[in-house]
Order: sequence, then C-alpha cells, then structure tokens
Amino acid sequence: MALQFELVTPEKLVRSEAVHMVVVPGSEGEFGVLEGHTPLMSTMRNGLVMIYKTDGAQPETIAIEGGFAEVNERGLTILAERVIG
Amino acid sequence: MASLKELKGRIASVKSTQKITKAKQMVASAKLRKAQAAAEAARPYAHRLERVMASLGSKVAISDSSPKLLAGTGKDQVHLIIVASSDRGLCGAFNSNIVKAARVKARELEAAGKTVRFYLVGRKGRAVIVREYPKQVDGYFDTTALRSQGFAEAQSIAAELIAMYERGQFDVAHLFYSKFRSALVQEPVGKQIIPVAIPTGDAPATNAAMEYEPDEEEILTELLPRNVTIQIFGALLENAASEQGASMTAMDNATRNAGELINDLTIVYNRTRQAAITTELIEIIAGAEAL
Repeated sequence: MALQFELVTPEKLVRSEAVHMVVVPGSEGEFGVLEGHTPLMSTMRNGLVMIYKTDGAQPETIAIEGGFAEVNERGLTILAERVIG
Repeated sequence: MASLKELKGRIASVKSTQKITKAKQMVASAKLRKAQAAAEAARPYAHRLERVMASLGSKVAISDSSPKLLAGTGKDQVHLIIVASSDRGLCGAFNSNIVKAARVKARELEAAGKTVRFYLVGRKGRAVIVREYPKQVDGYFDTTALRSQGFAEAQSIAAELIAMYERGQFDVAHLFYSKFRSALVQEPVGKQIIPVAIPTGDAPATNAAMEYEPDEEEILTELLPRNVTIQIFGALLENAASEQGASMTAMDNATRNAGELINDLTIVYNRTRQAAITTELIEIIAGAEAL
C-alpha cells in the first residue's frame, strides 16, 4: 500500500517517493490522499503539505506556495509555485 | 617588412588576447554545466504542466466566455514579438541569430499587413532592435543586474505581458529565444505563447471520472497565466545554457586562432632576426676584407 508521490516546483523536482499518505492544502479544504484515490485535480492555497511515510508515523511537513495537485492512477503529483525552506 | 620591435609587440598583444579568450572559455564551460543542470531541473514541471493542460484542454470547450488567454482577443492584428537575448557579449553569433529569427518573423508579419510591436529581454538584442524599429518597442526587461535569471524574473515578465494583453495592447505574442541542443548547436526558435496553445495528443485517456476542485474552468483560468510564466521561464533557462554553449565554442575558436597567429608571427619574427644577423655578418666580413 504505497502512494507514488511527486512534488515539483518550476525550479526542480523536490520529491519523488512512495509514501503512505499525503495531506494536501486544497483551495477548498485540506484533503488526504491514499493509494487508490479517485482521480482528482485541485488548486491549492499556501499551506503545509503533510507527508506520512508509514501509517501512524510522524508527518513530515513541507510549506508550499500556491499551485495545484493532480491525483491519477499513477499517484499524486503536486505542482507548487514555490517550496519554502 | 615589419621591424623586429613591431613584430615583438604584435606577438605580445595576440598573446594577451589569447589569455582573455581562454579565460572566458573556461568560465563559460563551468557556467554551462550549471545552466544545463538548471534547464534540466525545470523540465519535469513543464512536462507535467503540459500534461495537465492537455487533459484539461480536452474537457473545456472554447467559447466566448472562456478566458481571453485561451480564446484570444478575437483579432489577429497586433503581434508582439518578445526577444530574449543575453546581457553579455563574447558569445559568437548567439544574439544576432536570435535577433535575425525575430526580424524574419517581423518582416513576414508586416508583409501580411499586421502591426508588429516588440518586447525585449536582455541587453544585447536591444540595441539592434531599437535601431531598426525605434518606435515599435513597447517594453524592456532589464536583467543586467541579475547574476542568473530565475523564476521570479519569469513571473514579473509574464505579469507585465498579461497586463499588456488585458489592456488590449496586442492580440498575439511570439517568444524568440535560443534552444539549447548541445554545447555546439544552439537553435534560435520562435513560438506563440499568447493566446495559449493547448497541447494535444498527450492527454491520458483514462481520466473520464476525474473530479475537479473548484471546477474545470476555474482551474484553467488559474493555469493559463502560470503556463505563460513557465514558457518564459523555460526560454530564459534555455537561453542561459545556449549563451554559455555559444560562448564556449566561440572562445575555443578564438583561442585556437590566436595560437595559429602567434605561431605565424613567431616564424616571421625568427626569419627576420636571422636575416638581420646574416646581413650584419656580411657587413663585418666585407669590411674586414676591404682592409
């Protein structure tokens, strides 16, 4: 049960890894993405992306600025304008 | 024939030129690696954005209510040509190739009865365009103070262009820059960036049940300016890599030419010196025999 997760900014590919769950700060509310999530495209507001490597693990947070997220059968792709820190 | 002293001076001056070109070549090859890495790092984002655009584009029908960036202004009269050039010289025909490509396009458009305006990025292309089309330059983005052109610059260029577009200052925008093929080959290219051309063909077929948040139109509206920014950002990066590549090649040639020139001059110098010695000896011998 792994979700293929990618975080990309215009400057570089920040992350590309298999994780358990990612919580995305969507513009209409946060949502968590697990493996097998229905295909979805959402814009994002500035906020924190929370990455859960395994079930129940301490989440790793990455602050991002704007952009959008796409979930398809291949996994989750976050296209962020900028990654802070 | 030049005197010995003159020859010596010339050899020294060619040698110092060679030192400069050699230094510039080494600097360019070091910078090229960095610029190339930056251009490569930017590719995944551009690639994914294109895919998203393609899948959205197949969903949204172009109508009168769709955003102007996608549907166009409904006219095809005023064309804006964006010329991205470098700020520094010593890079061979790099800048003149870009300007040449832009000029060909401008002539073509003018021959078709269109109005052509210019927007310039970078210092080197500016002088040429301003000289030729002094009244048609709408804007200039100064990058001389920057060490490298980043995403922030692309954003402000895109913001300015979109503002101009919203005010109705132009109908179609073309971007001219140099595409980086290899250190030896840079290809000046032009492409239309406004209105945004939706890429086709790459759309994944299995997204029939895609959910959108907020909805397709709104996402597209947000995506379009971003697409313009990315196109410009990509062009800036390609340009930076191309400039260093062109510079490296040009400086390599210059260094080699200087080396050849030094060899030729040294041969002439040695011959002249030998001739002078021989003449002197003959004079001494002739003088001694006359006694």
